[in-house]
Formats: sequence, C-alpha cells, structure tokens
Amino acid sequence: MAKRSVIPYGPQHPVLPEPIHLDLVLEDEKVVEAIPSIGFIHRGLEKLTEKRDFNQMAYVAERICGICSFGHGYGYCETVEHIMGIEVPARANYLRTIWFELSRLHSHLLWAGLMADAFGFENLFYQCWRVREKVLDCIELTTGGRVIFSVNKVGGVIKDITPEMQKAILDTMDYVEKETKILKKTFMNDYSVQSRMKGVGVLTKEQAHALGCAGPFARASGIATDMRMRGYAAYGELDMEPIISNDGDCYGRCEVRIGEIFQSIDLIRQAIGKIPEGEIAAVVKGNPDGEYFMRIEQPRGEADYYVRGNGTPNLDRMRVRTPTFANLAGLCETLKGADYADIGILVVTIDPCISCTER
Amino acid sequence: MYKITRSPWVMHYDGSSCNGCDIEVLACLTPVYDAERFGIINTGDPMQADILLITGSINTQNAPVVKQIYSQMSDPKVVVAVGVCACTGGVFKDCYNILGGADQVIPVDVYVPGCAARPQAIIDGIVKGIGVFQERLEKLENGTLKQEEKEDTEEKKEED
Ligand code: SF4
Repeated sequence: MAKRSVIPYGPQHPVLPEPIHLDLVLEDEKVVEAIPSIGFIHRGLEKLTEKRDFNQMAYVAERICGICSFGHGYGYCETVEHIMGIEVPARANYLRTIWFELSRLHSHLLWAGLMADAFGFENLFYQCWRVREKVLDCIELTTGGRVIFSVNKVGGVIKDITPEMQKAILDTMDYVEKETKILKKTFMNDYSVQSRMKGVGVLTKEQAHALGCAGPFARASGIATDMRMRGYAAYGELDMEPIISNDGDCYGRCEVRIGEIFQSIDLIRQAIGKIPEGEIAAVVKGNPDGEYFMRIEQPRGEADYYVRGNGTPNLDRMRVRTPTFANLAGLCETLKGADYADIGILVVTIDPCISCTER
Repeated sequence: MYKITRSPWVMHYDGSSCNGCDIEVLACLTPVYDAERFGIINTGDPMQADILLITGSINTQNAPVVKQIYSQMSDPKVVVAVGVCACTGGVFKDCYNILGGADQVIPVDVYVPGCAARPQAIIDGIVKGIGVFQERLEKLENGTLKQEEKEDTEEKKEED
C-alpha cells in the first residue's frame, strides 16, 4: 500500500470561487477520501426573523445567495403567500417566471465560465462571461440591479416589464442563443475539453438516487427530476421537459447545463408570448399565521422552503434547504478515486454555492 | 520619488458574502469591464498580491483565515472592502455569527459601498487603492512605513 498523505484544500484556493475546506486523503495521486468542513460563510440569517418583519425578510432571503438570488426571494415570498392565502395576479406569475429564467441563464453561463477556468481554458471562460453580460444587461434594464434584483415582495412583484423591454429581452435572447451555439461546439466537441471531462467523476443513477442528489447533477446521472414540472408560477402553462443525460460524468453535467441554457431561452420566449395584462401585485393584509413547505427548482437544483408564522409580523421560523447541501454527499462520492488534478473540476462540476448552503 | 511601474495584482477573498459581490469582482476582470487589459490580474497567491479585495463580513470561522491571508501578503499592501457587508456587516449586521465588517480584524484602506457593489464602483475602489499603494511604496522606500504601523498598533492598544 502506498503511503497516505493528507492535503488541505481551501478555504482560499485559486480554483474555488468560494471558501470550502476539504481534507483530501491521498494515496500517490489518487484521492481515497475527502472530508469537507464548512462554516466559513455561516451568518445565521434564518434567525434574523426575530428582528425583521416578514416583508423585510424577503430582501434578506434574496441575499442568501447572490447568484440564485431571485429564486430565494421568490421561494420565500411564495411560501408566505400560501400561508396568508394570497392569490397572486397572473401577470406577476409570468413576470416571476421570466426573471427566474433570466437568473438561471446567467447562473448557467457563469458556471460554464468557471468550469472552463477550472480546466484551464481561459479564453472560453472569458467568452462565456461576455455572453453573460448581455443577460445581466436585460436584468438591469428590467429590475435596476445586476445580481440582486429585489423585485419580489409578498403578494407579487414591484416592477413591470413593458412591451419595449420585452422586445429588448427577445433581441438579447436571439443574441445569446447564437453565441451559446458557438460555445456549445467548443464544450461538446473540442478534443482537449473532452479529455478533461469524459469519464471523470462518474456517478451512477443508483448512487445519485441513494445520495439524494438534486438538479443538473442528478439529471446528468439520468434521474428526470425537475421541480419546474410541478407547475409553480407560470411553469404549468409553458411547455417543457427535463433535460437529462445518461453519462453521469463531467461531460454529461456540462451537456445538461448547456441544454438548459437553450431551454431557458425557449421558456422566456414562451412566457413573453403568453403574458397576460393586469395587476402585478395583490393587496396584503394582516400577518402570516400557520406553516407551509414548498419546493422549487433553483439553477443548482431543488430548494425547499419552510416558513412558520404566529400571527405577528415576526415569523417563528424560516428554513431553507439548498441544492448544494444535497449535492455535497454526491461530490464526496465522486471525489473518491479521482486524480488529484481533477479535484478542481469535480468541485466546480456540482456548481457549488456554499453561501446558500451555510447561510 | 519612486513610481509604480507595473500593474497591481489583486487577490480576492470571499468572507461570508452572499456571492453577489464576488461575481461582481470577477465581472470587473472579465469582458465588458475588463480590468485585465491593464494588466490587473486576479491571483490566488497572497504573496504575489498587492491589493486584497475582501467581500462579505467577518465571522468567527473565517476571521483567522482573513488575518492569515493579510499577514502573508508582502509590504506594501492595500485592503479594499467591497460591498456593504465588508464595510459594516450590511444586512447581516444583526446576525449572531457576524462580528462586523472586514475592519474588525485587518486594517481597511478603501471602502466600496453597494449591495451588490457595481463593477464601476469596484474598479474605482481599486484605482483609489493604487493611490494608497503608491504612498505606502514611497514610505517603504524611506523607511517610515514600519514606524507608522507601530504607531497604529500602539494607538489601537490604547483604545483597547
Ligand atoms: S453587500 Fe450585498 S451583494 Fe454584497 S455580499 Fe453583502 S449581501 Fe451580498
């Protein structure tokens, strides 16, 4: 047996955009075991419910994570709306869907860039982020913010997307689609990219199921799970199918996410085509009393929200379970037996969002 | 007078930020804002970095990490706090695990406000940081930097 050595990885590491610490037990170049330790970003924002009322919490919830910020704000608001029995106007639901898909687009393009960076393809990284800036321009045009939108509130949304803005979004979608097709060619067909991704970090369907993986990570292992099929917001009225791949390796995960970029573009077009006229927010009266649990699909996978109110402005409890938390077990499984040089890729491949996980 | 003749290299550490400011820091360096065309490179190695960009507030777990990264940087060094979280604690100020802004553990030179801080503001902060860097460099040349730091720490001790 080769000599074992333990290599600390992180929290500050060039490949890692976020602090997570892994203790890697190595045997020569192979990883035998990976022990994650977390807590570098723990803020304890769930406990802020004691100091902020339920309307203010919508903005705190958005800041759980800056990349999937819209989803968190939406998940929280929708949960509270269910407790209070508020009927959200149809237009608000469509607007939320459009913003949700825009945020998924920017998140997936961001991931594609980070992935390219992780396997050392700087140029591709920059190309992905160049395309992503166009999506951010759309978001800025409609909401005023670039990464934190702050357009959700309990009862609906606070801004509208005018017909001119819709046209600008559609134009951008054409551009993004055209550019992503070019990027896709490199990701899917380039020899050196394939050699870094094919067959690396394979997670079988059974393993993914047993470890409770979520989102694109699970879909790449052939599990057709997509919470959007539940039909919350306006998803019920739009056509969509979960995108899956059966490879279970890094290549498969890349394929799924790139497929989802096109899917999001399609969903935005559908939503803009069908958007009804009307109010954008319902009137909110009283305080939440009761509890509700709901599941939505974030760019990184399934996120669960639980809120319990007690009839006062301050909620009793707010709880979020994030997709990265579900995927960490799968990550540690794929790390076993991996080459040391592949660690960076494998960590990025689950699209980790540590600040969601630790809150 | 000694002039800076090369571009500063920045290092970015994510305190307990929500990622919003992180991705904006990266957006500064990638196309559209593209500070890299001036040679400003995001390095992962504290020993090669001139400017430390810190996002997010300080909590009990990452305080020693931030201190260690700061002490590994060679003189002269500048710290830029990006986003209200790094300035004061921001929205998370009242959370039980938050000690406050980055200045709780290391000296901060430039504060960039915003939630999330916009790339324009971050670049502005870096440019201000270069000014501070220039001053420090001159002091380092004529040997007054260390003295000043000593005075700083003495003052701090008195305050404590
Ligand atoms: S300032 Fe705002 S965007 Fe930046 S890390 Fe803090 S909460 Fe996130």
